[in-house]
Amino acid sequence: MDLDIAAGEALGVVGESGSGKSVTFLSVLGLLRPPGRIEAGEILFDGRDLRRVSRAELRALRGRHMALAMQDALSALNPAFTIGQQLIETLEAHGLAANTREQAAAALSRVGIPSAAERLDDYPHQFSGGMRQRAMIAISLAARPRLLVADEPTTALDVTLRAQVLDLLDELREQDGLALALITHDLAVVAERCPRVMVMYAGQVVESGPTAQVVARPLHPYTRGLLESLPRLEDPDRPLHPIPGQVPDLARLDGGCRFRNRCSMAISACAGPTPLADLGGGRASRCLRAAEVSP
Amino acid sequence: MTASRLLERLLQTLPVLFGVSLIVFLMITLTPGDPVEIMLADSRATPEQAAQLRADLGLDRPLPQRFLVFLGNALTGDFGISFFHRRPVRDVIAERLPATIELTLAAILLAIAVAIPLGVIAAVKRDTWLDRALTALSLFGVSLPGFWFGLLLILLFAVQLGVFPVGGRTDFDLEVARVTGFLLIDSVIAGRPDAFLAALRHLALPAITLGLPTAALLTRVVRSAMAEVLTSDYVLFAEAKGLSRRRVLLRHALKNALIPVVTVAAIETGSLLGGNMIVETVFGWPGLGRLVVESIFARNYPLVQAAVLLYAVTYVMLNFTADLLYTALNPKVRL
Repeated sequence: MDLDIAAGEALGVVGESGSGKSVTFLSVLGLLRPPGRIEAGEILFDGRDLRRVSRAELRALRGRHMALAMQDALSALNPAFTIGQQLIETLEAHGLAANTREQAAAALSRVGIPSAAERLDDYPHQFSGGMRQRAMIAISLAARPRLLVADEPTTALDVTLRAQVLDLLDELREQDGLALALITHDLAVVAERCPRVMVMYAGQVVESGPTAQVVARPLHPYTRGLLESLPRLEDPDRPLHPIPGQVPDLARLDGGCRFRNRCSMAISACAGPTPLADLGGGRASRCLRAAEVSP
Repeated sequence: MTASRLLERLLQTLPVLFGVSLIVFLMITLTPGDPVEIMLADSRATPEQAAQLRADLGLDRPLPQRFLVFLGNALTGDFGISFFHRRPVRDVIAERLPATIELTLAAILLAIAVAIPLGVIAAVKRDTWLDRALTALSLFGVSLPGFWFGLLLILLFAVQLGVFPVGGRTDFDLEVARVTGFLLIDSVIAGRPDAFLAALRHLALPAITLGLPTAALLTRVVRSAMAEVLTSDYVLFAEAKGLSRRRVLLRHALKNALIPVVTVAAIETGSLLGGNMIVETVFGWPGLGRLVVESIFARNYPLVQAAVLLYAVTYVMLNFTADLLYTALNPKVRL
């Protein structure tokens, strides 16, 4: 696994449930829960290896410079504390609190919550779904971090709210130079919002590259499968092709391609090693027959 | 919780209390043995005199009427005369109650003070040897019989080591003027640190004996509640905000984990108040529990009746309090 995100950039991370999207980025934030652990490698933030900094230093970075937004704000926000308390404690934890209530109200109105100052004393359950999602993002962004890992931030929302939240993230990216890692299983969202995409399958990156190119001409059968399983507005009669089979048991992997048991293009060489190969133009694929995927 | 919801919840307790008083009334009335015969057993009363006594006591009236009289008297705090003490039941109970409350509060506070840290540690160190050791210890604590553990403590700390007294509430030469009936409070009022210390030393062993099973139970409740909360998204989110581990655990996690703990603790307090007969007997603690045991043996029905009713009311009220605390901790319940 090798990935990088620059300031102001949006990287889409796509894959089905259990493909390791969330785990990958939780480990970037140092939030991997036991028994999960990082076996090897380095995680560079501003040139510092986060695996080598102390817990306290990591804590000082978390929330301050790199933040997390979660799928379901109702479970991500603590039911026993007000929105204001949860926002202000982030500021306090990073020594940014001056006139806290005003700061907190400003942070809430930045994400488009009306009469923000009055809503600080509300509990999460008193917010509507869309507001709650915004409030959670406001809390994540309270300390103006430079990297936001957004883990399915819109999956729990309906279509209109989804667009609102995504617009908000775009805005923040442009205004503040926020680097965004948008984790989703929804390729359509990525196609619309993220210039670059990384497709994950069974814990590995199987393909990465500029989104427009990846969507137009996938270089891995799994990416192609994902695209074929999506309905298209301009061609509603096109038959959908779900990918047959299931993600392999990650505890019992051999050294070969992890997708080969579901792949129509599999050949005997697929049982051997399949490294992520640089194909030029910023594109990379793990498929041995990458050139044949999109004829 | 709004005032009307509060009132509604309070009104819900009425049928329970009515039911309990009916059972208490019937329990005593339907017990074999005619109180008049018992009272006149040693005298040579004529049948006319017996009938007169029966009428005086209201025992010749129909059962429903007698129940209403009992209920009306109970509401005004009149539970009749304690046969044994020849004084109003209310006064006898009022005299003994503070000792029992003092012991119960000490036991429950001790239990909470032990259970919260141990439960949190067990949950944080989940599935390590420490967690397993604490779980085993709490199982041991829950299953320990109180009378045996109490005697063991007396043998070790009172008889062998002599650091704590064998029983009673205080040393007889250190008595202070009774104001509230709570010795710890009364000795503060009297400005007597020596009496306060003596009361505390007398309180130690019975409170430990009474509180141990509760401490063990609450440890398990804290552990499981905390373990569940620790896997929640909001704990992960709190960590992602860069909060200190201490703040995440003690504020974000514990406040939510305490919600079920509070309910169990309040109900346990009720059980301790009504279930301390053995501990009070073992330690010669002059509380309500021992009074009830003595009264049962002496067939002192009015007192037993009043005590059972008191236990029931306390239990219901503590459940009500648990609901209130639950509301205070959990904003979602506020309506």
